[in-house]
Amino acid sequence: MKKVLLGNDAVVQGALEAGVDFVSGYPGCPSAEIGDNLGKIAKEKGIYAEWSTNEKTGLEAAIGASFSGLKSLVNMKSFGINVCADSLLPLAYTGTKAPMVIFVGDDPSCHSSAQSEQDSRGYAYLFQIPVLDPSDPQECLDFTKLGFEISEKFNIPVILRSTTRVAHQRMPVEFAEVKNKTKKIGEFIKNPRQFSTMPPRTMEMKKELLEKLEKIRDFAEKNKINKIIGKKNNKFGIIASGISYLHVLDALETMGLDIPVLKLGFFYPLPEKLISSFIKGKKKILVAEEMNPYLEKEITRLAKDSKVEIHGKDLLPEVGELNADKIVFALSKILKIKTKLLKIENFKLKIPRRTARLCEGCPYWYIFPTLKRMAPDAIFTGDIGCNMIAGFSPHNMQDTLFSMGASIGIAHGVSKSTKQKTVAMMGDGTFFHSGIAGLINAVYNKSSPLMVILDNRITAMTGHQANPGMGKTLIKEETEELEIEGIARSCGVKHIKVLDPINIKEFEETIREFLNKEEISLIVCKRICALLAKRQKADRHDQ
Amino acid sequence: MTNKNFNIIINGVGGQGIITLLTLIAEAAFVEGLDVKSSELHGLSQRGGSVGTHLRFGKKIYSPLVPIGKADLIISMEMLEALRETEKSGKNTKFLINEYTSPFQGTLSKEEIKKQLGAEKNEMHIVPASEICKEKLGKEVVSGIYLLGWASAKNLIPIKKESFLQAIKNSIPEKYLELNIKAFNLAYDV
Ligand SMILES: Cc1ncc(C[n+]2csc(CCOP(=O)(O)OP(=O)(O)O)c2C)c(N)n1
Repeated sequence: MKKVLLGNDAVVQGALEAGVDFVSGYPGCPSAEIGDNLGKIAKEKGIYAEWSTNEKTGLEAAIGASFSGLKSLVNMKSFGINVCADSLLPLAYTGTKAPMVIFVGDDPSCHSSAQSEQDSRGYAYLFQIPVLDPSDPQECLDFTKLGFEISEKFNIPVILRSTTRVAHQRMPVEFAEVKNKTKKIGEFIKNPRQFSTMPPRTMEMKKELLEKLEKIRDFAEKNKINKIIGKKNNKFGIIASGISYLHVLDALETMGLDIPVLKLGFFYPLPEKLISSFIKGKKKILVAEEMNPYLEKEITRLAKDSKVEIHGKDLLPEVGELNADKIVFALSKILKIKTKLLKIENFKLKIPRRTARLCEGCPYWYIFPTLKRMAPDAIFTGDIGCNMIAGFSPHNMQDTLFSMGASIGIAHGVSKSTKQKTVAMMGDGTFFHSGIAGLINAVYNKSSPLMVILDNRITAMTGHQANPGMGKTLIKEETEELEIEGIARSCGVKHIKVLDPINIKEFEETIREFLNKEEISLIVCKRICALLAKRQKADRHDQ
Repeated sequence: MTNKNFNIIINGVGGQGIITLLTLIAEAAFVEGLDVKSSELHGLSQRGGSVGTHLRFGKKIYSPLVPIGKADLIISMEMLEALRETEKSGKNTKFLINEYTSPFQGTLSKEEIKKQLGAEKNEMHIVPASEICKEKLGKEVVSGIYLLGWASAKNLIPIKKESFLQAIKNSIPEKYLELNIKAFNLAYDV
């Protein structure tokens, strides 16, 4: 069967076809549709699915599932892998029991990321676990299944690394119908020798991992997801992976060229023999990859004994996503072909830029101006979420922006280092994700920032996912509704006020009062996201 | 459908139903047995920011992104976003534009945008889709579907009307189906 599928929905389908039992993860762009959509069908498909509180707890949940014999899928955006790295390293050592695929969505060009243009492929060298790099939705489906297969065969977690232009690409995809099943009950069979890292076992495990890798390298060498297409005997060749492969094919078609292309589906481990044989006899190679020159470095190493000239980041940008035009440019340089290329950089950008802004009725419209008015000289440390729109006009009041939870962490540092007033602004989702640790650090170390939690009753920016403050789980079950102020109180915060920011007077007075405190204080601004309120109203109307 | 691939860019601002429009055209191309690829953006760029999506169909499609200057049709749900795209359009690029602006601090006035659009040599269709949908159907959200109907009626996309209608039936949830078909057909009536 065939239908038009979004890359991320193809991952969902691939996971279903592979018989996934357990899904965990944390939303972000471009990965959230995976958890959202598996959550919707979890019950009928006999799957357990959750939004975890962050990527680390998400990975750890999957580790427990894997050790209990359940097939698991963990999903996250690029930055998520930083958060779960601490547990992923030991998992590479212990290995998995039942197979596990970890989806990581990178975002070249930062279309929906603030913090950095992270190339998560680099983690392959640190974790030493397989990384697959699909180009299109069909490969998203096929590589997900292959990931489970590799994981099962070698007892190792496999990273499926996607990017925005793959995850949010649509095309007709060949898929198989998956029957509903009943939920599998696993069994944890004790095996501390395998599941616990502790020297001297740790060193042995590292050795086991390296041995596994050699076997996986052989597997990769023979696997058809690394393939050569186009005319065989040519002095020039292209090596490409991920979305860049599609841009290469497009560029070749535009230029009417028939040049051999080695397409790498495996980013790690690399099929080194295949690459060496491809390079052999060639005069020039273009490595087409987005962001960091990881492949280029590896290929340069493999080519060091031959006279082949390796091109890559000398002609293609290391910053920002690639496209067919950029490949045409590189090819014309290497082959010394004249092409008429419209370069967008040459246009004078005469049209006013539209930046992200708060929705109509957004509760933050009440929060930002009031804070700015009451604390004009304060240092405002910002956080990740819709609330980072505080950095744009007309608010212009975000003095730092780093990573989820960092607003309170940095505010504490500023507060300790200066006599200035500091205000940390953080969303409710972020508070549960990683804000609590920073709050405890600030209290413990006797810091005095004012923390403002923008509690819009949902994780909004990433598309309205449930969080622990809502009393609902991903699969719409009722659960404990955690109270931010209660948590803060038990963390030792003495000055706490929960209010609706629409009550400007009360909000103003509280800010004034709290800014004069010698101790840390907290205002929880509780008011529902305007879009969520609208949706809830529509839902009630429908019923 | 000729051998040549057909390239569409659909843009506007977040929340204008751009992705629905994109999926409908992709589905219609699929219904006709063509190869199709699209690329869309979610997340931050949707919060009132510019949203630019790409769609290509034909015999065989590789990259989902339309190269600069190679769009056959640009559908803009918002006028300033249409103007933004003129910089990257080719001389054969046609424009189908919703006569609607979503203003922000520092933007150009509607008159200025209209003037600048008027100075372009490309074929342009500026249609008050939002206004018509609000007036005739009481729902602005289907303006994109109305524009799709317009594109179909004026043969701006080499896909049959029946394929579009089939795509709407395949993709739109039951309870909104009637409204969407109405919006599509409404463009044929003018
Ligand atoms: C480690 C990590 N995981 C996920 C994301 C993606 N992300 C961006 S904004 C956001 C939601 C923040 O929600 P909340 O704090 O409730 O703020 P709101 O959007 O509601 O203002 C998430 C999860 C990220 N940036 N970093």
